[in-house]
Amino acid sequence: MGWDPVVLFFVFGLAAGLLRSELKLPPALYETLSIILLLAIGLHGGVELAEQASPALVGQMALVLLMGLLLPLVAFPLLMLLRFSRVDSANIAAHYGSVSAGTFAVVVAYLTAQGVFFESYMPLFVAILEVPAILVGIVLARGVSRGTPWRALGREIFLGKSIMLLLGGLIIGVLAGKEAVAPLEPLYTSMFAPVLAFFLLEMGLIASKQMGALRRVGIRLVGFALLMPWIGAATGLGFASLMDLSVGGTAMLATLGASASYIAVPAAMRLALPQANPSLSLGASLGITFPFNILIGIPLYLQIAQYMNEARIL
Amino acid sequence: MSNAHASHEKCLLTVISEAVLEARLLDDLQRLGAPGWTVSDARGRGNRGVRNAGWDNDGNVRIEVVCSRTLAEKLSQHVQQQYYADYAMICYLSAVEVLRPEKF
Repeated sequence: MGWDPVVLFFVFGLAAGLLRSELKLPPALYETLSIILLLAIGLHGGVELAEQASPALVGQMALVLLMGLLLPLVAFPLLMLLRFSRVDSANIAAHYGSVSAGTFAVVVAYLTAQGVFFESYMPLFVAILEVPAILVGIVLARGVSRGTPWRALGREIFLGKSIMLLLGGLIIGVLAGKEAVAPLEPLYTSMFAPVLAFFLLEMGLIASKQMGALRRVGIRLVGFALLMPWIGAATGLGFASLMDLSVGGTAMLATLGASASYIAVPAAMRLALPQANPSLSLGASLGITFPFNILIGIPLYLQIAQYMNEARIL
Repeated sequence: MSNAHASHEKCLLTVISEAVLEARLLDDLQRLGAPGWTVSDARGRGNRGVRNAGWDNDGNVRIEVVCSRTLAEKLSQHVQQQYYADYAMICYLSAVEVLRPEKF
């Protein structure tokens, strides 16, 4: 079996960036690609959800919410132990407790390519996981203080781009149903991989820039950024077995647990905790954890999920 | 220059800061009574590093307000107190000539 071309696009972007090539995609293209990806993911989830909704979903959503609250609480003491300041620890913990929709798009493509079934409503979990870590991070850093601009933050957190697109697509999919959505199907079938490939090319370029910034911040952060995905993935695996997810769903929840936000959380935390150093959190999540998950993590989480299934731990 | 168009001196306040602050800065301007503003995307380099607007979280905005000297000073003091410590931001005043002083 050859290399996955979509992942190679990411490696290409990474290499071009590290070589300081002139290659640069227009910012509007990156924006467009990410909008298409998120809408497509939401739409696909909505269409399938309309076909197989079940009451068990409510309990699963509650568990996912719990997972979102737990992850930053695990990351925070670890960061304090690594002697980051309280504010920086809380900020980085929020990034790692939340999820990366870009990583999610890659795991969707990977499982689809491998022919592994996964629960259709996973995009819903992405939306749920995005929020709680931000709130936990803010409270960890400063307690519940009156100085926090909650109103501006609320808009940033709950009406942020990725949540709106995922939920919007999901609702359109549910309302329209499979037959009516048929003309739009290429969005999540034949078009998905090409769009993802271009998106990852740009992500490679962006990640390479963050890697440059990492040289200044040192080995402790790199260590954390490589360690935390394992803890997050293990947490995801544990919750998936509580939730009785399929093998594909388990691999996905592990990936979500392992991933760190680089869009929604940075914007919200910049407003909520301006004292925190954004180059630490972005450098770790984009420069290390994102490439780690794309190149090594996702195939590994699927293997572990399959192994757990065979061993009947699930 | 013909004398028929007497020019009037006003103050141009320019604030360049992180794109993430845009909504909050515009709220502040509204509240403090700025008569209007122009926002454009920007990129550049300063003592907080390169901000090259390659993607969402990495861009700057430039906000320009033409108003009276007094108001411009009030606005610049406000942003300085609120944001200078924690955000990448510069702000400067310059004298400009306008044709319709009643507009500003």
